[in-house]
Formats: sequence, structure tokens, C-alpha cells
Amino acid sequence: METAVLNSTTVKKSNFKSEEYFINMGPQHPATHGVLRLLLTIDGEIIKKVEPDLGYIHRSIEKMSESNSYQQIVHLTDRLDYLSSHINNEAVCLCVENALELEVPERVKVIRTILGELTRIASHTLWWGVMGMDVGALTTYFYGFRDREMINDIFEETCGARLTMNYNIPGGLMQDIHPNFVKRVKEFIPHFRSKLPEYDRLLTGNIIFQKRTKGVGVLSREDAINFGASGPVARASGYSCDVRKYHPYSALDKVNFTEALDTAGDSFARYKVRIAEMWESLNIIEQLIDNIPEGDFKVATNAVIKLPKGDFYQKVETARGEFGVYIISTGNKNPYRVKFRSPGLSNLSLLNHIAVGGKIGDLVATMATIDIVVPDIDR
Amino acid sequence: MNSISNIIDWFINTGVLNMALIALIYLTVFALLGLFLVLLERKVAAWFQLRIGPNRVGYLGLFQTIADALKLVSKELTGTVKADKFLYNLAPYFVIVTSLMALAVFPFTKDLQAFDINIGIFFLIAISSIGVIGILLGGWSSNNKFALIGAMRSGVQTVSYELSVGLSLLTMVILTGSLQLSEIIEVQKSGWLIVQGHIPAIIAFMIYMIAGTAETNRAPFDMVEAESELGAGYHTEYSGMKFAYFFLAEFINMFIIAAIATTIFFGGWLSPFGITESLPWMGLFWFLVKTFVLVFLMMWFRWTFPRLRVDQLLTLEWKYLLPINLVNLVLMAVIVWLNLTIQI
Amino acid sequence: MGYFSNIYHGIRTLLTGMRVTGKYFLNARKGAITQQYPDNRDTLKMFERFRGEVVMPHDENNEHSCTGCQKCELACPNGSIEIIWDRVIDPETGKKKKAIDQHIYHFGMCTQCGLCVDACPSDAIKWAQNFENSVYDRTQLTRILNKPGSKVRAGVEE
Repeated sequence: METAVLNSTTVKKSNFKSEEYFINMGPQHPATHGVLRLLLTIDGEIIKKVEPDLGYIHRSIEKMSESNSYQQIVHLTDRLDYLSSHINNEAVCLCVENALELEVPERVKVIRTILGELTRIASHTLWWGVMGMDVGALTTYFYGFRDREMINDIFEETCGARLTMNYNIPGGLMQDIHPNFVKRVKEFIPHFRSKLPEYDRLLTGNIIFQKRTKGVGVLSREDAINFGASGPVARASGYSCDVRKYHPYSALDKVNFTEALDTAGDSFARYKVRIAEMWESLNIIEQLIDNIPEGDFKVATNAVIKLPKGDFYQKVETARGEFGVYIISTGNKNPYRVKFRSPGLSNLSLLNHIAVGGKIGDLVATMATIDIVVPDIDR
Repeated sequence: MNSISNIIDWFINTGVLNMALIALIYLTVFALLGLFLVLLERKVAAWFQLRIGPNRVGYLGLFQTIADALKLVSKELTGTVKADKFLYNLAPYFVIVTSLMALAVFPFTKDLQAFDINIGIFFLIAISSIGVIGILLGGWSSNNKFALIGAMRSGVQTVSYELSVGLSLLTMVILTGSLQLSEIIEVQKSGWLIVQGHIPAIIAFMIYMIAGTAETNRAPFDMVEAESELGAGYHTEYSGMKFAYFFLAEFINMFIIAAIATTIFFGGWLSPFGITESLPWMGLFWFLVKTFVLVFLMMWFRWTFPRLRVDQLLTLEWKYLLPINLVNLVLMAVIVWLNLTIQI
Repeated sequence: MGYFSNIYHGIRTLLTGMRVTGKYFLNARKGAITQQYPDNRDTLKMFERFRGEVVMPHDENNEHSCTGCQKCELACPNGSIEIIWDRVIDPETGKKKKAIDQHIYHFGMCTQCGLCVDACPSDAIKWAQNFENSVYDRTQLTRILNKPGSKVRAGVEE
């Protein structure tokens, strides 16, 4: 009893220390979109440190690629960033075609670009739905999926699969486009044009949403460059880095589009950049869909593709940013080494930098706008 | 033999038997009501989200929640090893008992009221703040950090929003001059209070609906559960029937918040313009119609708005709702003082 | 004054959002995008290019067009296809010719990439559109594509 009294008198205000604690967010957590594990150090609600822990979905795709032929590598890239699978495939094919100095027909280039932009829209609609869900508006998820479903139907009809399409092969496309393809895309454009303003009315303009995202997870232009950020994350910070603009591939040098840029660098800016990208992708598709040139859908390659000795790099702009394929060839039918530069990993690396000091809710909103796809981060 | 009949006589004379019977009826009716509110919520959510909603079990899926309830009853009750077992088991009862207790004072029609006490509104406010103890206990005792964060948020939230609920109801009490719910309805025979009190009453109603939604921990104020942040918040570690109590209590609380609003602002069981005044049993119908319109409004909120952040929740309460409420209280007092109310 | 305009602006944006969901609520009956899957089995038709599983079409004479060239086996990235073949003497020409004994398809390993069908020079294998592929035992996923007793169609050359 005596000691208790003694303690209570000697306790000073400075002795009431708040203690930081650890919390495991993931690998099973609704906001980490897959099997990402975040080790959070939290003080009350305030985040002190975020440590992403990877490895839960590592499939060693780069190593597998070393024992696969160049045609076979393409289908493995479906499983990286599965929401931009077509663009990933395109990157590998472009890299192999460059190495072989193979000129693909114009028709292939245009179709690849249209499908690539459709992929971007599909990815962004899914992101929009999930973004709404992460900040608590569950209805956006279904509206986003409704529009994505139309694109997935287009993919399924032409490519044969909805997600892991594997439609590109080195030298062109696996099949010609389906006769309904143009019609369906033309149906989709006005449909989506009418739905995008609805997205804005439901979520973008919402005061709660703006309060949740404005000024949250601010990334400066310098940091974006230092962390190697790319895609909408970097462009929202004012770093103009669109591969489609600076190193146009396929038919992207023939179309007019503006690069979506913002300078605020916060979650809301990243959100707005993605919405603007959907509009731009619609513009690109609209410019191309009426002028798909006639011609072959592929050029013949050897059944066994052997790349010349050397190293080859090709980068493309996926829905998440700059995706690079680096192939070192020793002249065999298999690559000596393949390296994929995935946008997700470098975008995730800045999470600790921008989420510290925010609340748990801010972390979720920030993660949603970084748009992580875990198989892309963890290859 | 004599002693038994004595005991039975005592039961009948003191009305304990009556009370027990009424309690039993209330329990059954409102447990079922809670179940069907769950179904309604799921259906309404589906219609907002371009879906169909439950349509397999029974006609149009009407028995879906019965099936869910059976499932929950038959499920294993799990718990964490290091949980504080006593408090952990106690928490769900706190929540469900308080929400069922509040139902006792509502006048569903003129004669259908279990318990007409003269401090009805006070009783409701008091009871509704006990429920949060259950949430706090549940979150604290289950030895889970996510649950703890949820529980702490709930404490913060309820303490703040209690004020707004209380003050907005107090604004209306100025108009009625009574805390007794049956009397409040009597007053509204000359016009529903939202009409009588016009501008301040409408402001009070809006504040009440916002704060009431926050009181029930529903979206956009579901920081307590916040599935994208905390998994399931305070009831992360609960399963089976214990989880069902939390779940049911949420829906009954939603009904209570809507029922209070109906009683205080929209004339309770009174029919609009007195069209069914000759049929007293129609009161129940009107009461339920008004309540369910408000319940629907709360569902509409939930399926449209994103969730607030915990500090924004407090900003909304302390910087917006509370000052407006205080000014509104004065405004109402002035209006009553100058006799500017609208009497039909 | 900013205080009140904030409130007004906030409430207006909230009501705009509610109008969007409200519109869908009112059109819920015709707007539903749910596919009631097991019920609509009869009408549910996959697109003709849909990659369900690899099959080997046989004609009425129990003949297929697989010559056993093993190009699909080579093209497959994950070893899903195994061809057991032998050289048999062609009764017409008297020459030794490759013929398949078993075209084994390990569906459990297949990633539906489509490289085998693309590689096949004689269109012996193609995609089937079925998608209800779950079985109770994974050995059932190993399928022999050529029917028992079938032989290669005359005139199909490597």
C-alpha cells in the first residue's frame, strides 16, 4: 500500500510515455490487395514506420524464363501484373522483335496499341472500384466492374481469355482480331464516356473522399525521381515520364494524346491522373479503331527463335508505370538472363516515405492510389 | 399446494408475469425484425449496386437471414488464448441487451407501448450510451490489436456524437415541453414537430440523422469496423452467436435511431393529415412506414459515401455539428418564446 | 463565411453522390448485371475462341489429324503435353511413319496459353469452350486426347 502511494506521488507527467507498437497488416488483409505484408509501427493511430515484407507470392518468373523459349516467356509475363497482361506481353514481344530486327506489320502495331489502351482502361476501372472500397464506398466496386466487364468480353472474344490473354507472340499476334472486335470497341467508347462523369459525381466530387485523399501521402517531384517512381504515381507529382510519349512503341507515335500530369503529388492528384488517363486512353482508341490497316496479323518467325548475342532492353508503359524487359542473350534459344523492371516494386518502395505521419486510414488511401498489384511486386 | 398457488398469485398480482410475457414477445418480435433488417439491408445494397441480392432461400430469398442465423447459432465459438475470458464473453450481451432495452419505451401506437416513463427521451439517450461499453470491452478483452484500435475509435466516436444526438433531441424537447414519448406524440396532433419547429427542427433533424448514423457505427462512420483498415474492428475475434449479437444489435440500433426520429420529428404513429384517425391500429402501420423510410435513408448513406477518417470524424462533430447545434438550440428557444411555431 | 459555404458545398456533393446511387436503385430491376450462373447454364455460351481445355477432334471414322510431330509438346511451357509415339509401317506406301500411341494432356499443369494450338501444323488439337473443370481427384485431370483405336486421317502429313 505504501509503495503504491509513493508511486502515485512520484509519477510525473513526463513518465506517461506513449508506447509504439507493431501491427501486422497482411498478408491477409483487405487493403493490401493480395499477399503483401506490411509491418507497421504505430503510435496510437499515427504511423511511424511502414516496412513492406515481400515474398509471399514469389514464383521466380525471371529464373523460369531462363529455361523457356522466347515464345514461352511471353505467357509468364501475364502472371506479373495481371491487370496489364497485354502490355507486359507486348513488352517481351517488342524486345524480341527488336533483337531480331523484325518489322511487324502496321496492322499488328495498331491492334496492339488498341488492346493496350483497353487494358489500361480495364486496369484503371478496377483500380477505381477498389479505391472506392478502400476508402469505404463499397458501391464503386460494382460500378467499376460493370464497365471492366465490357472490356473483358472484348478480350475474351478476340484473345480467348479475360485476364491472362497471351495474345502477343514475337512477330505479331496469335490470331487476327475477331470480326466483332471493332463493333464492340465502338460500343464501349460511348458507353464509357457516359459513365466516367458518373464516376466523378459519385466519388471524385464527394467531400468525404476529397478530405480523405487531399494532402494525404504527398510525394514531391524530387522524391518521385529518387525512388524511381513511374506511371501515374510519378506523374501526379509533376514528373513527366510517360514512356508512350518519350519512347513511343507500336502505333503510339501516330496518335495525339496529352500526358496526364498533376503537381500536387497527393493521393487525390494520383486519383485525378488516373481518371484523366482513362479519358486519354479513350481518345487513343478512338483515333485508331477506325483505321486499322489491312495486312497480316503476324510475320513468320523461326519455330525456334534464337536471339543474337547481346543484351536488349525494351520499356513500355503499363497501367502502373514503366515496365522494362531486359534480356541477355548468348545466342541460344533460351535467354541467359531475363530481368523485368516492374513498376510496382519501385512504387511500393516509396510507401514508407509518404505514409509516415499519417493515420491508418491515410495509409490505406495511399496504398490504394499507389495501385499495388502484388504479383507484379513479387515476381 | 398452497404455497405454489400463493406464488402464482403473487406473480399475477404484481404483474411480473405480464412483464415477462411482454418481454418475451418483444424479444421474439425484435429479434425477427433485426433478422429481416439484415435481409433488407442486403437487398437494398444489391439494388444500389446493380445486383440482385439474396434470392435463393425461400420465396425471393426471404428466409436467407433465417438460414444465416441458424448457421451462426451452430458455429463454433472461437476465441483467442490470451483473451480476458470473462469480459470477452460479457461484451456481446452488453450490446444486445441495451439495444433491446431501448425498444421498451417506444409508443408504436396509442396503446402499444410497453413502458411509458416520463423521462422517455432521457432513458433512450442514457441506454444508447451503455452499448458502447460492450464494444469497448469486446475490443479490449479479445487481445487483438486491430480490435483494440476499433474499440478505442468507438469510444472516441460515441462520446463525441452522444452530444449531438442529445442536443438535437433537446432542441425538440423545448418545443414539446415533455420528455415523455406518449406526450410528445400528443403534442404533434397539431402538426408534426418538424413542421411545427420548421427551420430549427429541420436543422435538428439533419444533425440528428448524421449523429445517429455515427451512433450506430454505420458507414460513413464505421471507423469502428472499417474493414479496409482494421479487418473487422472490435469484433474481429468473435464468431458464431457472439458475433451474431453484435451484428443483430447494429441493426436493431439502426431501427431505434430511426424510431426515435419518427417519434420526435415525424409524429410517431400519427397518420399524415389525420387520414386514418378512426382506425387506431393503423398507427402501427404509419409508425413502421416512417421508420423504414428513415432506415432506408441510412442505408442509402451507407452504400453511397466513403468512410471518414478518425480525426475528420471529430472535426465534423466538434467544429460543425456541435456549434450549429448550440446555435440551433437558442434559435428554437427564441422561436418558441416568440410563438413563431407553425400550428395546424 | 467560408464556414457556411463549406457546409453548403459539402452537402451538395453528398447529395450528388446520392443521386447517382439513387438512380441505380430505381432502375434496379433492369440494371442488374448479376449472372445467375448455375441457372443460366443452358443459355451461357462462351466465345468461340475461349480457351477452356485442349481437345482433339475426331471425325465419324474415329480419325484425328495428329501426326505425332510433337510440335505442341515442344511449344508447351510447362510440360502439360506428353506424346507417346512409335514408327509404324504405313500399309499403303510400306514406309515407316510416325504415329501417336497416346497424346497425354496434363490439364492440371496447363496455363491455357494457347501456344500448342498455335504451333500445331495440322490443326489436330483445338480449344474447347467448357469451363467447369473441377474434379475430385487430380488424376482425372490427366487426359488422353486421342480416342482408343483412333488413327490419323489419311492425307494428313507432317
